Amino acid sequence: MLPLELRDLCFAINGNTIIDRISVQIEDGPRTIILGPNGAGKSVLMRLCHGLLKPTSGTVAWTGRRPNRRSGGQAMVFQRPVMLRRSALRNVMYGLKLAGVSRTECELRAHDVLDAVGLSHVAHHPARVLSGGEQQRLALARAWALGPEVLFLDEPTANLDPGAAREIESIIGAIHASGAKIIMTTHNLGQARRLGDEILFINQGRLTERSSADRFFREPASAEATAFLRGELP
Amino acid sequence: MEELRQACLQALALIGRLDSQLFEIVVLSLQVSLTAVTVAAVIGLPIGAALAVECFRGRQAVIVLFNALMGLPPVVVGLLVYLLLSRAGPLGPLGILFTPTAMIIAQAILIIPIIGALSRQTMEDAWREYEEQLRSLGAKRLTAASTLLWDTRFSLVTVVLAGFGRAVAEVGAVIIVGGNIDGVTRVMTTAIALETSKGDLPLALGLGIILVSLVIALNAAASLIREAALRRYG
Ligand SMILES: Nc1ncnc2c1ncn2[C@@H]1O[C@H](COP(=O)(O)OP(=O)(O)O)[C@@H](O)[C@H]1O
Ligand SMILES: [Mg+2]
Repeated sequence: MLPLELRDLCFAINGNTIIDRISVQIEDGPRTIILGPNGAGKSVLMRLCHGLLKPTSGTVAWTGRRPNRRSGGQAMVFQRPVMLRRSALRNVMYGLKLAGVSRTECELRAHDVLDAVGLSHVAHHPARVLSGGEQQRLALARAWALGPEVLFLDEPTANLDPGAAREIESIIGAIHASGAKIIMTTHNLGQARRLGDEILFINQGRLTERSSADRFFREPASAEATAFLRGELP
Repeated sequence: MEELRQACLQALALIGRLDSQLFEIVVLSLQVSLTAVTVAAVIGLPIGAALAVECFRGRQAVIVLFNALMGLPPVVVGLLVYLLLSRAGPLGPLGILFTPTAMIIAQAILIIPIIGALSRQTMEDAWREYEEQLRSLGAKRLTAASTLLWDTRFSLVTVVLAGFGRAVAEVGAVIIVGGNIDGVTRVMTTAIALETSKGDLPLALGLGIILVSLVIALNAAASLIREAALRRYG
């Protein structure tokens, strides 16, 4: 389904422009980090890309080959994991079932993916009583199980302690290695350095800079990005 | 004072020796109200779920209507059901006026709005948390509604018990459509009304004690279920 092409994408609420004429093409392959200060519009942009919000104007288009799965080939993990009131295993199976996977296959895949994120031991525990880090790993597992071509991650470690955050980061690495395109927002510079291959820098709803992570951190081109790297933006 | 004390003692004695007249009335009450609450739940819960997830036109009007219907005076419901079921009424040929079936219909009509409105509130709160995640996983409205029904099941038990409490304690509607016929349609509330006016205080008091205990026990059960579920499932 990739590349993902945004053309003059705008989004406004009550007359406030939140996303301001963003045009960009996101290719398969590198881990794309959407970086920017708090309130820049990262989460809104991600929801627009994933189809949870409708653009006020402009378009979001997947210009590649159609995915052959009902799930649409994309999945998203939110900043706060949304856990259904059932076991960890059932949470993963829920997504698979919606994607049209047969029941036995569901269960097999769910066990595999829980194993991969290190949650086998709590497979039958109610999801909502797991720790924050475990819940986010479960959310990753639920998304990963779908075998998405593209995985959107909205600040997946923002509410976690450093240890739990590192576990999440390593799982994201594994998901990328398994062939999924990673598109992730963060306002955490360290995380952007660790996980980013390319950076889209967003400030006040605008895409101010796009470059490889190397270059972005070595010599940012825009004044805003320079200020952000110096820690001068929130 | 002495008279009241005597009545109380006699009431307890009636309960103590499982007086057959008293227990016939209690059993009929439970049969009628349990059937009514089952019917009302089967109708009211899906309506509540649909109202929680659907954004059809007129939704707000339906919600306002349901909230208003929650305060429906039982005698008015009784009157309407009476008119429907009376010999000249549209459902007269069924010949169910002054039967337990008529009482079940009246009580169900009385509590469908309660179950509908309270369950909508519960599920709408859950929907606010779940919506993006479920849409991201590709859940259609119907799936979303059934997911909400399942995931709020413990809160919905409380809602259904509230409906049962109202049904079993209600007198105005059942006395009109049931007729308070001894051994046929005499339930706890109508018996209390009749026996009090006849001056048979022990029986009235005995029934009153059972009714109040039942309502208290129901409320205790409801909060115990909720708390246990919260501890277990989060
Ligand atoms: N539903 C909404 N209603 C009104 N304003 C919103 C809404 N969602 C986001 N915003 C505003 O849009 C801006 C960008 O928000 P967001 O995308 O969440 O920023 P971030 O880059 O921190 O993820 C913020 O100023 C926020 O207040
Ligand atoms: Mg955000």
